[in-house]
Amino acid sequence: MATIEAKGLGKTFGTTVALDNINLSVEPGRIVGIIGPNGSGKTTLLSAIVGLIPCEGELRVLDRDPWNARDRLMLDVCFIADAATLPRWAQVWQLLEYVAGVHPRFDREKAEGFLSRTSIRRAHKVRELSKGMVTQLHLALVMAINARLLVLDEPTLGLDMLFIKTFYDTLLNDYYDRNRTILVATHQVHEIQHVLTDVMFLDRGRVALARSVDEVESRYREVMVRPEQLPAARALKPIRERQVLGGTVLLFDGVETQALAALGEVRTPSLADLFVSVVGAP
Amino acid sequence: MNTQTNGTAESYFERPVPADVEIPVLQGIYWSLQREFWENRSLYLAPLGFAALFLLASSFTTIHLHEMVSEALALEPARRHARIAAPYDQLGGLAMGILMLVGVFYCVEALQRERRDRSILFWKSLPVSDLMTVLTKASIPLVVLPVLVFAITFATQAIMVLAASTVLLVRGQDVSAYWAEVSLFRSGFLLLYHLITVHALWAAPIFGWLFLVSAWARRSALLWAFLPPVAIAALEKLWFNTAHFASFLGRRFMVTPGTDAVTVPGAMPMHPMTQITPLRFLATPDLWIGFAVTAVFLALAVRLRRYRGPN
Repeated sequence: MATIEAKGLGKTFGTTVALDNINLSVEPGRIVGIIGPNGSGKTTLLSAIVGLIPCEGELRVLDRDPWNARDRLMLDVCFIADAATLPRWAQVWQLLEYVAGVHPRFDREKAEGFLSRTSIRRAHKVRELSKGMVTQLHLALVMAINARLLVLDEPTLGLDMLFIKTFYDTLLNDYYDRNRTILVATHQVHEIQHVLTDVMFLDRGRVALARSVDEVESRYREVMVRPEQLPAARALKPIRERQVLGGTVLLFDGVETQALAALGEVRTPSLADLFVSVVGAP
Repeated sequence: MNTQTNGTAESYFERPVPADVEIPVLQGIYWSLQREFWENRSLYLAPLGFAALFLLASSFTTIHLHEMVSEALALEPARRHARIAAPYDQLGGLAMGILMLVGVFYCVEALQRERRDRSILFWKSLPVSDLMTVLTKASIPLVVLPVLVFAITFATQAIMVLAASTVLLVRGQDVSAYWAEVSLFRSGFLLLYHLITVHALWAAPIFGWLFLVSAWARRSALLWAFLPPVAIAALEKLWFNTAHFASFLGRRFMVTPGTDAVTVPGAMPMHPMTQITPLRFLATPDLWIGFAVTAVFLALAVRLRRYRGPN
């Protein structure tokens, strides 16, 4: 059974099309990055998946309809919808007690273990914590829940680089296993490239690209081409060209590396480069 | 994405998938209520603070209580009672006022603040249904607050009786006449009956309405709560020069059937229990119509909470 199965997902707000015929199938154990510019529909898609909004089309999450079974689904799904959603009046111990009280799969000792590695104390109020600490706290709560799907929407927005690195390291080392699926939406591609097993580029409510990272790495090649080689390189149908200091960088999809090696230095493009070529093209 | 499956993935599935577990309903209600008391400390701090203030204020008169009691005992029974029981009746009346204020302010914020501070996204990430959330919130003004305010008021009155008795005993006066007039348990029972019938059950549609407005309004819920009734009454006056709507609201909420004993304070009869007519109260159709209206308001609030995201 796929963790998430979506067919023809659509959502409009007034006249704005937020999601346009999205098809998606996520198997257990994948870490999927949903990458798109602001307003591309990332949040709408994730909100539909965790049952916050209704939408058109067919959507099953862990074999349930998220909109009609949100409270039941939340036994198996965790989400962090935003960088700052913890109630500001709450003290840390109150949050621990409350989540332990309402969530049967919450392991309180585990959460306290995570917190003991931070400078967050039980008596702290959320409003007294810095933005990064609030995210740490939220992550500690969520990672202590034995869920099957974790959904993160821009979890590191507004955090500094050190926090972001720790955030994803913690997620990978202390939380992720092959039973769990993680869905991360962000517009900061470089932050999560090394974490993902799959990527999905979202652009104006549509899926612009959806592949496993392995596939992306084997299919796409970037070549720095000298001016005299340009015509030969162009004959191999690059999907994108860009000028850099000292030459032109061409991006190829599914062209033999040996054929490219003759043209210049071949390398695997970063997700950010790929994103710009796929989504950035008018 | 099912484009590629790792060959090693299978072996990891040894790990048991979590079994179907659910939180018992009562436990869910308990923690939902606990959350309300953490978030809204005024629910108990306001009545407690008020009670402390009242005790402090009444302690000044308690010092000279023996003189007042001597005077009062010389009066005819009705006026004697009024004189001696006055602070207790005042406390009861003020407690009702506090109950109303705390209840109204709690309700208008109850479903709005979580959207304003975006914490609704956190609450909704937990396995607690919108129905459970709204119903536990509704139980605060309908059940929890009346009982809480009663308990605090009764405890305060008990302290007052103790203090008064001590003063009277020290002055060598008989306390039984004082106790008979104060009749702590009888008046406590009347207060509880009044709070539950008038302030909770009979007023239920008001709280239901406030919850609905709180779930709907993006801001200034208090204003939205009072604006429509006032506007309807004003337009009716303007267009038809009548006041049916206003008088309907007045009739519905100012007079409560079956609570005669307490609606006439001071005129405490010798056998007040005969004046309490719970059956007549429960048999009033308006009460049940009120419940139905409350249920509709709350159902709409549940639905709105389901659809509404943060502001």
